[in-house]
Amino acid sequence: MTTTTTAASGAATKKDVRHDSDRTQGENRLGWKLVAPAVILMLLVTAWPMIKALYDSTFRYRLTAPDDKEFVGLSNYGTILTDSLFWQDTLNTVVIMVVTVAVELVIGFWFAMVMHRIIFGRGVMRTSILIPYGIVTVVSAFAWQFAFSINNGFVNAWFGWLPWVSADTNWFGSHWPAMFAIMVSEIWKTTPFMALLLLAGLSQISEDMLEAAKVDGATAWQRLYKVILPNMTAAIMVAVLFRALDAFRIFDNIYIMTRGAQDTESSSFLTYRQVIEQFQLGMGSALSVLLFLTVLLLAWLIVKLFRVDLAQARGEG
Amino acid sequence: MKRKTSIGTLVGFLIILVWCLLPVAWIISLSFKTSAETAVGSPQFLPKDPSWQNYKDVLGFGTITPGQEGTHTDFLDALRNSFGIAIIATLLAVIFATFAAYAIARLDFKGKRLVLSLALAIAMFPVVALVGPLFDMWRTLHLFNTWPGLIIPYMSFTLPLAIWTLSAFFREIPWEMEQAAQVDGATSWQAFRKVIVPLAAPGVFTAAILTFFFAWNEFVLAISLTSTTKSRTVPAQMAFFVGPDPFNPPYGQLATASVVVTIPIIIIVLLFQRKIVAGLTSGAVKG
Repeated sequence: MTTTTTAASGAATKKDVRHDSDRTQGENRLGWKLVAPAVILMLLVTAWPMIKALYDSTFRYRLTAPDDKEFVGLSNYGTILTDSLFWQDTLNTVVIMVVTVAVELVIGFWFAMVMHRIIFGRGVMRTSILIPYGIVTVVSAFAWQFAFSINNGFVNAWFGWLPWVSADTNWFGSHWPAMFAIMVSEIWKTTPFMALLLLAGLSQISEDMLEAAKVDGATAWQRLYKVILPNMTAAIMVAVLFRALDAFRIFDNIYIMTRGAQDTESSSFLTYRQVIEQFQLGMGSALSVLLFLTVLLLAWLIVKLFRVDLAQARGEG
Repeated sequence: MKRKTSIGTLVGFLIILVWCLLPVAWIISLSFKTSAETAVGSPQFLPKDPSWQNYKDVLGFGTITPGQEGTHTDFLDALRNSFGIAIIATLLAVIFATFAAYAIARLDFKGKRLVLSLALAIAMFPVVALVGPLFDMWRTLHLFNTWPGLIIPYMSFTLPLAIWTLSAFFREIPWEMEQAAQVDGATSWQAFRKVIVPLAAPGVFTAAILTFFFAWNEFVLAISLTSTTKSRTVPAQMAFFVGPDPFNPPYGQLATASVVVTIPIIIIVLLFQRKIVAGLTSGAVKG
């Protein structure tokens, strides 16, 4: 008997004998047989390497001198946590995460409102908005790096009327302008994703409710704050969770646009540099573990902050 | 309720179009600028003297700029790797995800929540944290700088998205139709193939598109787990193609490579925009 026929016949008779323990056991076994390949594959590439990283992080271990491997306990963690570079990079990452997610939330919500209201050209709009979503991040990074380029970019020429922009503004010459360019690329590429998630939440709000609020004399702002936003907290929450954790892992844009110059390095970039460019496997593993723990903490914080809403999102699903 | 498109909405529509398409127009325009033009500096948006030379150098047809003979072989190798790795990873990930999502949507088994939570956790996993251990492991297992060396992690990281999207789709399928077909005399296999497969196909297809986008886009592992054009994908190849002079990057050629690698994305988006939007939002909002 093949897996498929087992699946079909097992499923077909599922409802009649729920109390039968043989049937339940059969379903359990079949369920695990079907999910096992996926689960094994997911764990193979994440859990196993993470355990290895945990082990390696307690050694002084350089790939260029593999025989020099020496157990050092937690001293790698001590070195990292007392290094100002680590904190600078963490701060950069947090700044990028907070700013990009906040800006994307505002622009994305505005996009979603426009897409929700528009009655013509929906196909054109959907196609255009999916292009930044689908485009390779490296391409976005190059496009914006060239746009901000001092000799070959149009940004200085187009925005010269702004007091802090001139023909020879060197965007990649100092910290904040470089951070700004990186965030522009990140925001450009990921706002559409945010907008689509918010649009899904927006379309679940009943028109009748909005109409009722209008009849009762609510202004456009009141409708937004008292009716629309409270009714889509679940969608906002999901969008923020996904995007915040994604933004925290920022790597591609920084690698292409600055390579970490002008102190624009992120936590991910630091980890990469230790391992791949400096072959510091022990130190790099310790950074990996810290990065993993930070993401875990971040996810936990966001879920805790909005716990009610997550349950609500599940209830709606 | 009747709605009219207001001026504000119309302006918003135009702003969104410009937002989404301006950078794409920019790389297209840049790809037609000659290296002579970018070397002296060319801040205007459109090329002064449009030329196909960058396309000739990158794709390897016509007269190639002297000294650029290696560019197109490297790029075409990378393009081949990108297509091969992304397509194989997508196919395998979608097959495994279909099994898992079927079980999650249709069967009651202990640990179902656990599997979904695991998938969610892996979707949020910081990929860079794996670079070190995978780099070390892949060298021992002789997977470093090979196609499987990238295909395996790509599958792992696309499975969560595929499982979530597919289980959301599968929950919507009217499974009673399978029983109805069996009552009408179809065998289990016929009922599955003739009734369920056509209903499930759109969901599977959507999951495949999203998976392909991930693999096509992936960069961290692509630069860390490869070392030559034998298995380097286009984003990685572009990152290493910075030219001998770091102060004067080959703008036009990088823009051309960008355009070429974006074309498949645009084709997929044009053909399947509705499915992609449905997949993105069903996986995330309904969960």
